[in-house]
Amino acid sequence: MASLNFSTVNWDEMLQATFDTLKMLGSSAIFTIILGLPLGIVLYLWGRSSQPVVGVIYSVLSFLVNILRSVPFIILMVALIPFTKSIVGTSIGVLGTIPPLVVGAAPFFARLVETALREVDRGVIEAAQGMGASTTQIVTRVLLPEARPGLLSGVTITVVTLVAYTAMSGMVGGGGLGDLAIRYGYYRYEKEVMIISVALMVLLVQLLQMAGDRLVKHFSRK
Amino acid sequence: MIELKGLTKVYGKGKKAATALSQLNLSIKKGEIFGVIGHSGAGKSTLIRCINLLERPTKGEVWVDGIDLTKLTQGQLQQKRRKIGMIFQHFNLLSSATVFDNIAFPLRLTGASQESIQSKVRELLKLVGLEDHWNKYPAQLSGGQKQRVGVARALASDPDVLLCDEATSALDPQTTDSILRLLLDINQRFNLTIVLITHEMHVIQSICDRVAVIHGGGIVEQGDVTEVFLKPKHEITREFIRSETQNDGPLRAAINAPHPESSKAVKITFLGQKTYESTLSNVVKETGVIFAILQGTISTIKDVPYGQLIVRFEGPSEAIQETISKLLAEGLDVEVMD
Repeated sequence: MASLNFSTVNWDEMLQATFDTLKMLGSSAIFTIILGLPLGIVLYLWGRSSQPVVGVIYSVLSFLVNILRSVPFIILMVALIPFTKSIVGTSIGVLGTIPPLVVGAAPFFARLVETALREVDRGVIEAAQGMGASTTQIVTRVLLPEARPGLLSGVTITVVTLVAYTAMSGMVGGGGLGDLAIRYGYYRYEKEVMIISVALMVLLVQLLQMAGDRLVKHFSRK
Repeated sequence: MIELKGLTKVYGKGKKAATALSQLNLSIKKGEIFGVIGHSGAGKSTLIRCINLLERPTKGEVWVDGIDLTKLTQGQLQQKRRKIGMIFQHFNLLSSATVFDNIAFPLRLTGASQESIQSKVRELLKLVGLEDHWNKYPAQLSGGQKQRVGVARALASDPDVLLCDEATSALDPQTTDSILRLLLDINQRFNLTIVLITHEMHVIQSICDRVAVIHGGGIVEQGDVTEVFLKPKHEITREFIRSETQNDGPLRAAINAPHPESSKAVKITFLGQKTYESTLSNVVKETGVIFAILQGTISTIKDVPYGQLIVRFEGPSEAIQETISKLLAEGLDVEVMD
């Protein structure tokens, strides 16, 4: 370890990679929530329906979600290349990684949403039904506010998972800190760059987790 | 006001089917407090949840205020439910909302204006005595306070009916009494029809006008509370009343204790103002019979005084007979115990 020499590190490149990671993370997190939240709500509602037809639809949807969740992200990324190209026009760089990140994380987040909603006291939902609330009102005025701490910790877990995914996307030339760590550290044995990249990602995860925990605590009323 | 006709609820299908209610009929008048008492599993919870269709009956009709709820569309039912308030054993408040927001909840569902919400919620906070707690979250309140929020919330949309699903079962005796007083108060103030289910005879005795005893998915006895309470006919009813008063052991012992040959143990029931009059004393003075008190209760049912004395008359048997006839003539109820 004595041979470490941090003076050779290209800090401009490091800064650029950090920004790239944050960009990937930010945009994929937003799209993951936009897609995953409604999907989770739908999973929750259909999973509770007493109508047999809806039950079947739920099973199909649930199966699809499970497939997306069980395919390793690295394979999903490669498999999605045509899809990615058709959506954002490229399959590499920051832009090219966002669609696979979203496709990989949204089903995961949807499950967390479904679980968080299931934690909501049935009695409270029933009380709202008894007061004449429609299903939409129950979702917006009961389920989402009551599940807020659970949803926020779901977001935290998902974003942290996305940090790991962005690192993997380095394998296919996705850019960002993970890309840097693999290109310099793994392919060229420049340990210094790898160490700094990894340290930055650890720091990032740490900050995200702390912020998430704080939000959850802020909104917990029990 | 509320009319349940041929109400049947079966859970599950085929071999696993369990009948919770079978062919149940019930009629509840406007402005009364109607109690349904039963053991857990008797079907009382299903019954009250059928009134606002939180539970859809397998068969039968649910008439509230001249409308059969089972025939309504989902949208119409939502409208109608706004006129049926409900409070619950476990309060079922939104934990993420303050007291104020919980009470405002039903008003916001209908899109009421900000000013009307403000004034209505203030008024309700005052009614239930929680003015100082409007900004607290349910987790910061005691059980009794939570139920007060529940009552205020249920009243927010000016309902015609209030359903109470074991509303005091999770509360201690003092808090139970304060909630019962609150219910009685709103019943009298707004002429609000209240339907409550409970497994405690005490609740029925405190505030109900009429009572139905439910057992095995059907009603086994119903009538005015005074009638049912003082002269229970069905074994289940007697059981509930015994659990509220005393158990039978000490009474049996008192009746079987050594006593003169010529004597008779009787149960005398007083109702209304007679409870506080000296009828018994006057009658025995005339007939020359003496008596020993074996057991006695003097209390009220809602606001009607009643007394129940079990005494042993001692004296010539004709004199005892005469005493009993005179008591009957005075309008008391006399039942020979041995």
